[in-house]
Amino acid sequence: MIRLVDVHKSFNGQKVLDGLDLEIETGKITVIIGRSGGGKSVLLKHIIGLIRPDRGEVLVDGVDITRLNDRRLNDIRKNFGMLFQDAALFDSMTVGENVAFPLNEHTRLKRRQIDEIVRQKLVQVGLRDVAHKMPSELSGGMRKRVGLARAMALDPKVILFDEPTTGLDPITADAIDRLIVDTQKHTKATCVAISHDIESTFKIADAVAMIYHGKIIVSGTPDAVKASEVPALQQFIQRKAEGPIMNHHVLDM
Amino acid sequence: MIKFIETVGRGLIRFVEEFGLVMFLFLAALVWMLRPPLRLRAVFKQMEFVGVDSLLVVILMGTFTGGVLAFQAYHGFRLFGAEGLVGSTVALGMTRELGPVLTSLMVTGRAGSAMAAELGTMRVTEQIDALYTMACNPIKYLVVPRIIAGVLMLPVLTIIADFVGIIGGYLVGVGLLEINSGIYVAKMIEIVELDDIFNGLIKSACFGLILSLVGCYKGFYTSGGAEGVGKATTQAVVVASVSIFISDYFLTAAMF
Repeated sequence: MIRLVDVHKSFNGQKVLDGLDLEIETGKITVIIGRSGGGKSVLLKHIIGLIRPDRGEVLVDGVDITRLNDRRLNDIRKNFGMLFQDAALFDSMTVGENVAFPLNEHTRLKRRQIDEIVRQKLVQVGLRDVAHKMPSELSGGMRKRVGLARAMALDPKVILFDEPTTGLDPITADAIDRLIVDTQKHTKATCVAISHDIESTFKIADAVAMIYHGKIIVSGTPDAVKASEVPALQQFIQRKAEGPIMNHHVLDM
Repeated sequence: MIKFIETVGRGLIRFVEEFGLVMFLFLAALVWMLRPPLRLRAVFKQMEFVGVDSLLVVILMGTFTGGVLAFQAYHGFRLFGAEGLVGSTVALGMTRELGPVLTSLMVTGRAGSAMAAELGTMRVTEQIDALYTMACNPIKYLVVPRIIAGVLMLPVLTIIADFVGIIGGYLVGVGLLEINSGIYVAKMIEIVELDDIFNGLIKSACFGLILSLVGCYKGFYTSGGAEGVGKATTQAVVVASVSIFISDYFLTAAMF
């Protein structure tokens, strides 16, 4: 289980996370919603130790990863996979080499075994015959699929998704949503996504949490969250420009 | 007045901060260099990029620099009948100074800038973060091979530049300006010591370290999208070139 306790983080004096508490259930899809620049990415990067908090704990299976040295943190990271917003594929490598990368780094499997796993993972995300292509030859949706295949290469227990549907057309976005749900069903992994896409969120989430002013203001099942009367949440899910959330507090991370 | 002090102070703080970060990156790279496994494939790939791919420009630069040096020296020496010293002047100039410095500047423009651009792009497209999330240290994976390639390949390129420079000088001196070939070569052998060549090579290894470290540093800490990558690339070339000139003075003062 992943738990964030009283996490504080500021950049250049601007508070991004302000005593944030969050519990993420194992084996479920949790979607964290909030405004662009509201600290969602920062929150996600705390979970995998890319950013260390100024104060507070990030507990993964009871271990506070903020206090670990690089070697122990890397041991924990091997149980994680992350799909970045623009997939972050290594553009000097082919698609196949990208997916094989974690396997080459962290396993002693033979070349043929790795090739087979790469093929399987690519099929799992709905791609065939692309292993030899370069990432620049793929569309946005395909790149995300490859990114997901790479994130799943080591069969992680936790998969993190950084705005999985942002920048995609509605049809591709829906396909990625389905892919996330199918992947979760197939792997039983704990999935954490951040998103500002309301439709997609309620389609895929087992649990939803909303971040606002550096704190989680609502969390629970999608139905419970929808029914919540917190004004900022209602403004957000009803897509209204007027309300407690004003057009300030913008910090791109 | 206060504004002036503020500006100077701010600049000084930035310099100290940046210098600290460069040293941090250097020490981190040293530590990761000693931790096995060394990624030989990545090292060879970088050696090819820094070394083999720079060969043509270095040969062209070396040949013509040697030639022009012979021309200039000839016009000076002719005034007091010392044309025979042109060969040794070219050889000394190439091995001690122009070989290492000009080669490093060429490689800075070619490979140092590319290092900053490549790592900078990887930073802004989150590829460096992706390496962290896959439990791979980007310093080991990206910075170490580039620094090794810089330190190893610059002396190799420099010795080639020295060699073709001397040939270029010979072609101009003996072929064009009709200096006696025997005197030209004999004076060169008499005056140029092996130490001149070695010290030049040590300098070039230091320059190789500087240009790869600065290139990696500027790329590794890039922020601000495409514009940031552009800035990082320009800064890498400027900072590395200036650092090469400054360190050249101190290394030369210490060596010769």
